[in-house]
Amino acid sequence: MAETARSFYDLKYIDTLSSLDSPVHRIDARAKLLTTGVFIVCAVSFPKHEISALIPYFLYPAVIVPAARIPARYLMERAAFLLPFAVLIGIFNPFYDREVVMSVSGIPISGGVLSFVSILLRFVLTILAALILMASTGFPGICSGLEKLKIPRVFSVQLMMLHRYLFVLASEAVRMARARQLRSFGGRGTGIATYGSLIGHLLLRTLNRARRIHTAMLSRGFHGEFHQGRPFRMRLSDAAFTAAWCSAFITFRFVDLPQAVGRIIMGAGS
Amino acid sequence: MHMADAMISPAVGGAMWAVSAAGIAYCSRKIKNDPDESKVSLMGVLGAFVFAAQMVNFTIPATGSSGHIGGGMLLAVLLGPHAAFLTIASVLVVQALFFADGGLLALGCNIFNLGFFPAFAAYPLIYRKIMSEDATKTRLSAAVILSAAVALQLGAFSVVLQTKASGISELPFLTFVALMQPIHLAIGIVEGVLTAAVISFVWKANPLILDIPCRKAPENRIPVKIVAAVLLAATIIIGGFLSRHASDNPDGLEWAITRSTGKEELESTGNIRKLLASVQEKISILPGYGFQPAGAAAAPDSVSPETGTSISGIVGGSVTLAFVLILGFALKKVLGRQQDRVSDGPGHG
Repeated sequence: MAETARSFYDLKYIDTLSSLDSPVHRIDARAKLLTTGVFIVCAVSFPKHEISALIPYFLYPAVIVPAARIPARYLMERAAFLLPFAVLIGIFNPFYDREVVMSVSGIPISGGVLSFVSILLRFVLTILAALILMASTGFPGICSGLEKLKIPRVFSVQLMMLHRYLFVLASEAVRMARARQLRSFGGRGTGIATYGSLIGHLLLRTLNRARRIHTAMLSRGFHGEFHQGRPFRMRLSDAAFTAAWCSAFITFRFVDLPQAVGRIIMGAGS
Repeated sequence: MHMADAMISPAVGGAMWAVSAAGIAYCSRKIKNDPDESKVSLMGVLGAFVFAAQMVNFTIPATGSSGHIGGGMLLAVLLGPHAAFLTIASVLVVQALFFADGGLLALGCNIFNLGFFPAFAAYPLIYRKIMSEDATKTRLSAAVILSAAVALQLGAFSVVLQTKASGISELPFLTFVALMQPIHLAIGIVEGVLTAAVISFVWKANPLILDIPCRKAPENRIPVKIVAAVLLAATIIIGGFLSRHASDNPDGLEWAITRSTGKEELESTGNIRKLLASVQEKISILPGYGFQPAGAAAAPDSVSPETGTSISGIVGGSVTLAFVLILGFALKKVLGRQQDRVSDGPGHG
């Protein structure tokens, strides 16, 4: 119960964040989509034992998160919530890949441990990229950005419709779940029989609602297209944003900066 | 069951993106030409309904744990294959963006695994086949449960294939299959039972919602097969082609670098050495840094090349991380102060 309410508030929370205003929010959605895409592909394309070369990629969240006024705490909580899934898949690597690849002051480290850590790093990076995109652009912005990038109109309308009714139906469902919770003692009535009719009722109500919505939309002149308030124009600063970040990501991909920094420090020390 | 970006390679992610994009384009064209205009709003609202339904849990008997519906098969039964595929895809997009549940690069994989199999495999080949004769409640439930379970089995197997093709997880193929399939059989049956409970309730309350008995299937039959064939062929061609390029080229590059710098002995002993070697080669070919020959000359035996790389990697990594963190905090301080001065109000809800 607490968990379902929580996921509903998460939904609302990130939607609220995306309606704030900041320099990052004002950047064209297409520019941010492209930057996020290049970020993810670069971060994921490393060989599986790579660790140090992934670290420079934290530069992007470190700059964008404060600039977009996203609470870092929220992102960390979200990442911590999802981390068990990454652990679940990566945890087998240390057991199956036992070949010792390197040793740090005498402690041998196997390839499996390296790739496990690498999976965790990639996981955190890609999650941050997705959440930052969402929190700094907003779902309608992303949809119209995608539409400008030529995804089928039917699909972008579908995404926007889904987003519009998400909150209405979800709050209805949370209310139903709470009502059932208050009436069930010792977990009675939370089984499958009640579940079927509960969700069935929700579905019937939803279908009726869909019919009313459709009629209402038609009578207001809906022709299969949503209009966006903010005009879409790729400015020079948007292009510069994408170009600068993408070239940084590609540089990080081919030049292992931490390794070089480490060598300089070690070299200076010896 | 949602795949994360961290588990897949760009080649697999890209190939599955292409496949799912083709599926979305095909289904969008189908829906656009559908004379039933109310389907658009129906799809949108039902997509939202899946989220809403996931906010309500039920208790799994005798285990004490709770679960909720996935919704793929429910959408297929209510909407038919094309509209269901689009709706499932839109639900997955929202999950990836709002919850970071399933990555953006992995979105193609997830749409294929969770959308294609219920809509274009289980629905036409199992559900429709069973429901083609006169429908009873038992028949309906059996059809729903069976197709939900089969769809999830296929999806889970597809997850295994995509993960193996990406080469990030070290889990042997058979162990992975033996882990995934039974778990998802249980999940699939639960999902099927839940879906059947909801569908049979709706059928009892308002049978017209489900368009059930139909012998008009023939016009539907051929396109579905064509889609399946095209998508399969595309997966094989793109997957095979891209992954070959992805795996051959870097090796070729490494090989070229090793050759050109004349350190052939490094390339022989396995992938990891090759990887470390390529890292070293990259550093050694950076012209501006004079430290490497000096370091190598100073301690030729006491520090093996791998250890050298690993220690400098750790040192450099921590320094970079510290730098990035400090930068982030500083930015937050500076920008926070600025923004508060400019506009203190609407943001702090």
